[in-house]
Amino acid sequence: MKYIDSFRDTNAIRGLVSKIHSVAGKIGKEIVLMEVCGTHTMAIARAGLRQLLPENVKLISGPGCPVCVSPNSFIDKAIAISELKNTIVTTFGDMYRVPSGNGSLEKQHSKGARIEIVYSPFDAIEIARRKPENNVVFIGVGFETTAPVIASVIKYAKQEKIKNFLVLAGNKIIPPAMEILVSDVHHHLDGFICPGHVSVIIGSKPYEIFPEKYNIPCVISGFEACDILQSILYLLEMIAGMEKISVKIQYTRCVDPEGNIKAKKIMNEVFSVCDSEWRGIGLIKSSGLAIKDEYKQYDAEYMLDVSVNISHDRSGCICGDVLKGIKSPVDCIFFKKVCTPENPVGPCMVSSEGTCAAYYAYEK
Amino acid sequence: MCLAIPMKVISTKGNTAIVDLDGVRRQIDISLVSKVKIGDYVIVHAGFAIQKLKKKDAEETIALLKEVNSEIHR
Repeated sequence: MKYIDSFRDTNAIRGLVSKIHSVAGKIGKEIVLMEVCGTHTMAIARAGLRQLLPENVKLISGPGCPVCVSPNSFIDKAIAISELKNTIVTTFGDMYRVPSGNGSLEKQHSKGARIEIVYSPFDAIEIARRKPENNVVFIGVGFETTAPVIASVIKYAKQEKIKNFLVLAGNKIIPPAMEILVSDVHHHLDGFICPGHVSVIIGSKPYEIFPEKYNIPCVISGFEACDILQSILYLLEMIAGMEKISVKIQYTRCVDPEGNIKAKKIMNEVFSVCDSEWRGIGLIKSSGLAIKDEYKQYDAEYMLDVSVNISHDRSGCICGDVLKGIKSPVDCIFFKKVCTPENPVGPCMVSSEGTCAAYYAYEK
Repeated sequence: MCLAIPMKVISTKGNTAIVDLDGVRRQIDISLVSKVKIGDYVIVHAGFAIQKLKKKDAEETIALLKEVNSEIHR
C-alpha cells in the first residue's frame, strides 16, 4: 500500500492550486485561514505552500504546539521536581529544551539532575520498574492525541501496582482555545484547518460550534501537501457560498466523525476536564485535563512536596502573540538574530513543530 | 508533537503488536484500537496505535485528487 506518493503528486498539486486561485478570485477579499496543529505548521512551511496560494489567501498558525503553549509555571514545576532527591524526570524530547525564566530541563540535566528523554510514556514505566528506589515522573504534555496514551499508561501502572511512577499532568484540549481566538473581536478568522491527529481521537463534533455559532467553516486535514491544499480548497468553497458552511473531514482515511471511542473512554476514565493556563492566551475555561481522584496516587503535583518559584517571560519575546496568530515570527526582534534553534529564546523556536522553528527552517 | 505515522502490523500478541516502517520495527500498544490484524496499517503515536488506516477512504481521496487534475487539463 504505497499511498504517500499520491498525496504528494505534483500534477494533483497543480490542479488543486489552480482551483484554489479560481475560487479565491471569485471571493475577492482577503481570507485568513488558521491551522492549529504544529505538524500542519511544519508541513505547510516544508512544502512551501504559502508561496503557491493567491495573494488574498493568508495562512496563519495558531496555538497548535502543546510544548509551546505550556506556560512558564508548568516548566517551573518540572524544574522544581527535577531538584528533588531520588527523582528521575522523564519527558518527550520536545519539552527538554523549552525555557522558562528558571532555566530548562536541559539546563537542569547539565547541573546534574536526572532527566531522561523517552519516546513513549511506557518507556518511563520501564525505568520505574528497573529503578524501584526512585520516583519516576513523566512530564505529561500534549493535546487530545497524546492524552489517551498517557491515560492508558496511568491505568496500566495502577493495574500492575507500580508505585514509583508519577505524571505531571499538563494535557490540554484544543477546541476551547480555538473558541477564545474566534470570540476575540480583534482577531479576524475566516476558517480553520483542524488538526488531523487530535481529530482521530475527538472526531468532528467538538468543532461544530464554529460553523453554528460563528459561521466559520472547519476542515479536518491530513498532513501531505495535497491533503492541506484540498482542505484549503474546501474552506474557500464554503466561504464563497458554493458549499454550506460546516465541519468537513478531508482526512477521511484516519478520522471518523465520532472519533476513537475507546481512546475517549479511557481518557474520561483517568482525567477530568479543568481550567488550564495557556502561554500567550492565559487561563481558558475547561481546556485542560487533571488526574481524577481515583488515580491521585499517580498525580505528581498532588503527591510530591515541591515549592515552585513562578518565573516570567524574557521581555521582548513575542511567542505569546505568535501562538495567537496575531504576530508572525518575522515581527520579533530576536528572530534569527539572538533566537535560533541552537540558542532559542522562546518555546516556538525550541520545539521542532513551533511556528518560529518552521519559519526559521523553511520560510523566506 | 501530534506527529503520528502509519506503520504496517507484522505480528500481534495480546495488547501489543510489532509494526514496521521501511524495515524499522518496534513494539507498540494496540489497546486503543479494535480488531488489529496482521497486514493492517495503524497510525502510531508515542508507542500506541491510535487508529487503523482505512484503505477504502485513502483510495477515494486519491480518486478525488485525480479528478481535480483531469478537470484542470480538460
